[in-house]
Amino acid sequence: MKQVDYREIEGGLPFYMLVGAIGVFVLAALGAAYYMEHNGHWVTGMSNQVIWGTPHVFAVFLIVAASGALNVASISSVFGKTAYKPLARLSGLLAITLLVGGLAVLVLDLGRPDRLIVAMTYYNFKSIFAWNIMLYTGFMAVVGVYLWMMMERKMNTFTRAAGMTAFIWRLTLTTGTGSIFGFLVARQAFDAAIMAPMFIIMSFSFGLAIFILVLMALYKWADRPLGDAIVFRLKNLLGVFVAAVLYFVIAYHLTNLYGTENHGVERFILLDGGIYTQLFWIVQIGIGSLLPLALLYGPGGKSRLWISIACLLTIIGGLAQIYIIIIGGQAYPMEMFPGKEVSSSFFDGVVASYTPSLPEFVLGFGGVAIALAATVVGTRVLRFLPVSLADDQVDPHHSATDAA
Amino acid sequence: MSEESGIDIYRRRFLSGSATAAAGMAIVPGVFLHEIGHAKPAADPVTSDVRWGMLIDSNKCAEGCNDCVKACNDEHGLTGHDRPATDAQWIRKVKLKDKQTGHTQTLPLLCQHCEHPPCVDVCPTGASFKRHDGIVLVDKHICIGCRYCMMACPYKARSFVHETLQDQLPHAPRGKGTVESCTFCVHRVDNDGTPACVEACSAENHNAMVFGDLNDTSSEISKQLRQHSTSQIRADLQLNTGVRYRGI
Amino acid sequence: MLKNSLIILLLAFTTGFAMQSQAGGSILPEIPEAQARFSEDQGCVEPTAEMRRNHMQYILHQRDETVHEGIRTNQYSLNECINCHVSDAEDAPRVSSEEHFCNSCHSYAAVSIDCFQCHADRPAKTTNIHLPSTGGTPEQLATENLRMLESEGIAHE
Ligand code: SF4
Repeated sequence: MKQVDYREIEGGLPFYMLVGAIGVFVLAALGAAYYMEHNGHWVTGMSNQVIWGTPHVFAVFLIVAASGALNVASISSVFGKTAYKPLARLSGLLAITLLVGGLAVLVLDLGRPDRLIVAMTYYNFKSIFAWNIMLYTGFMAVVGVYLWMMMERKMNTFTRAAGMTAFIWRLTLTTGTGSIFGFLVARQAFDAAIMAPMFIIMSFSFGLAIFILVLMALYKWADRPLGDAIVFRLKNLLGVFVAAVLYFVIAYHLTNLYGTENHGVERFILLDGGIYTQLFWIVQIGIGSLLPLALLYGPGGKSRLWISIACLLTIIGGLAQIYIIIIGGQAYPMEMFPGKEVSSSFFDGVVASYTPSLPEFVLGFGGVAIALAATVVGTRVLRFLPVSLADDQVDPHHSATDAA
Repeated sequence: MSEESGIDIYRRRFLSGSATAAAGMAIVPGVFLHEIGHAKPAADPVTSDVRWGMLIDSNKCAEGCNDCVKACNDEHGLTGHDRPATDAQWIRKVKLKDKQTGHTQTLPLLCQHCEHPPCVDVCPTGASFKRHDGIVLVDKHICIGCRYCMMACPYKARSFVHETLQDQLPHAPRGKGTVESCTFCVHRVDNDGTPACVEACSAENHNAMVFGDLNDTSSEISKQLRQHSTSQIRADLQLNTGVRYRGI
Repeated sequence: MLKNSLIILLLAFTTGFAMQSQAGGSILPEIPEAQARFSEDQGCVEPTAEMRRNHMQYILHQRDETVHEGIRTNQYSLNECINCHVSDAEDAPRVSSEEHFCNSCHSYAAVSIDCFQCHADRPAKTTNIHLPSTGGTPEQLATENLRMLESEGIAHE
């Protein structure tokens, strides 16, 4: 195999315009965060019933996707698939930037973001949340080292070891993120052991969808060749992951249906939960899982346009899935008095209503923008992207046709 | 220093309470001695010799009565903004109706001051903590407002302060962006007092709430717990709640 | 070019200082007087110089002891700082004003404090909330005095 030639992307006006355009979203998010903090959270849709809202959906999505974005790198250095090697650097970069974006949203939504320093100096080691803070910072460090090993020729020999560490770390990280919910024994929807593995599979799928989109967009924008071989490989892999998520979703609901105590919440999500039921069947299952599968494996699977649409739909489906888990799980009333109808001035016994507010969305999108901006700037200042990913460059023995 | 001159000396203020002021001891020694009784001296930390608890008799809890809630709101200055979804409620009246028999009853629901509080386990900074005497509190100085504790609480007992506050009461500091919940009126309890809700309930002669030391076998609450069958809400979680109920 | 801008900068500085010194002592903080003395020979709960430098440490220490261990002594309690340093009059200054004891210095030193996002910045108007069973005129007395009176048998239920 030829030596891959990596180069920074071009600077100049188009670059600044691109960064500026993304920057607008970042600024808007900062404004939204300020607005929420200044007035207090009552200006959002969040309340004492629905405690975590849209920002958390985006944050969790980005964090989960971050560890998934590292997959491509892992496949190349841990599982030795050389075809993916030229993509490994971008994969590592995206893993870091997506995580930064997600954490930024999480932090900006805190009641006291000014006390971030407290979060870093006071630790409750029993808290899975505190563990996650360490997992996240550690992840950035580990992936940073991994990138360095890849990019510094003298260090190349350690790439595999670093990649292994990063791979194990990312599995732990996603398990940790999933456990944030898994540990909430109080809430029926979250209290399931399958939550953690499900989050890992979700991360594969969301991370890869974002990776493919960013890869195609960057190469188009930088006007560098990107061959079908690599794109088709990636999209086939995405198809597998989307199907795997679907499988886990089914398993999750089936195991839940097995226990009588979960019938209520299952009925809520699957049958009569209003918006949550619609989100589940229409967006998560229909638009976000089945349609992308059809697009990826169907006749449209050879077109870049359809592939990007499939990636986009996977992302939308993923957001919907996390929305249902986080917000649907809170909207469903907690069962405190079995066999009784409960009512109070504090919305006991009723489905809590939640309408996402504009600032919440702006903040969430801002997280995505932070991730994208950091990625674009990263590829500008360091050599993340190969000059060419044309088929003959990637894998001379592979032709575009048999990759698909 | 100019601001110190020409002012009367109010010795009293500093003589009392501040057990560190040795001078106080010398001048009015009796003040401390017979005040203490079984109460904890102000300078002593709380210990696990005591575990505060509450027994609520839902049979005695009158439907339509809201006195405990009102007392709590007054005590802590929980004024509300006419926004029920975000207004703080440390204690609330819950109405139960048996799905089969139609029997209705009411009871006050508040922080259950668990022995193994999930909110304490999950809090990343340790702001949510349990005192040695079993009272579960939020140290608002180090609360970052992540609300994970609210997600973890099985009783929905916590509120997030959703707006800027002013004119908080000196003994009940609370502010925007942090989480709060029933403190068992810790400021009263530390002064050998009873929580405001319990007092209000007795004042109306409903006597549905008893407060006391669960570790003290001779306390009223321990006696009643021995005598009657009582239950914990969500006993399945094995949190060993400090608040117990009769009649549910 | 560089020289010019340096001169301009220097000029700006010196005129700034000149204007400041003209205003004289008025730019120093005007610290409101406290309501009481700790003892005959000591104004505050520690010597004034010590308090000026280290009050935050005393308050912080007390804060943790009170919140976590239920230690409720008065000497370094923030409530007592306020009781003594801020008037309980209807029109007593808020912490946002430079006439408020805390802010008089803090705005001068440009150190922001967030104590009063949660804590009362003025003494309590009615303290009967603390000790409902006590008679007397609680408005005029700090909690502590009430408790002391009670312990002396003066104000019993
Ligand atoms: S909101 Fe505050 S008390 Fe609750 S878990 Fe977060 S930091 Fe801890």
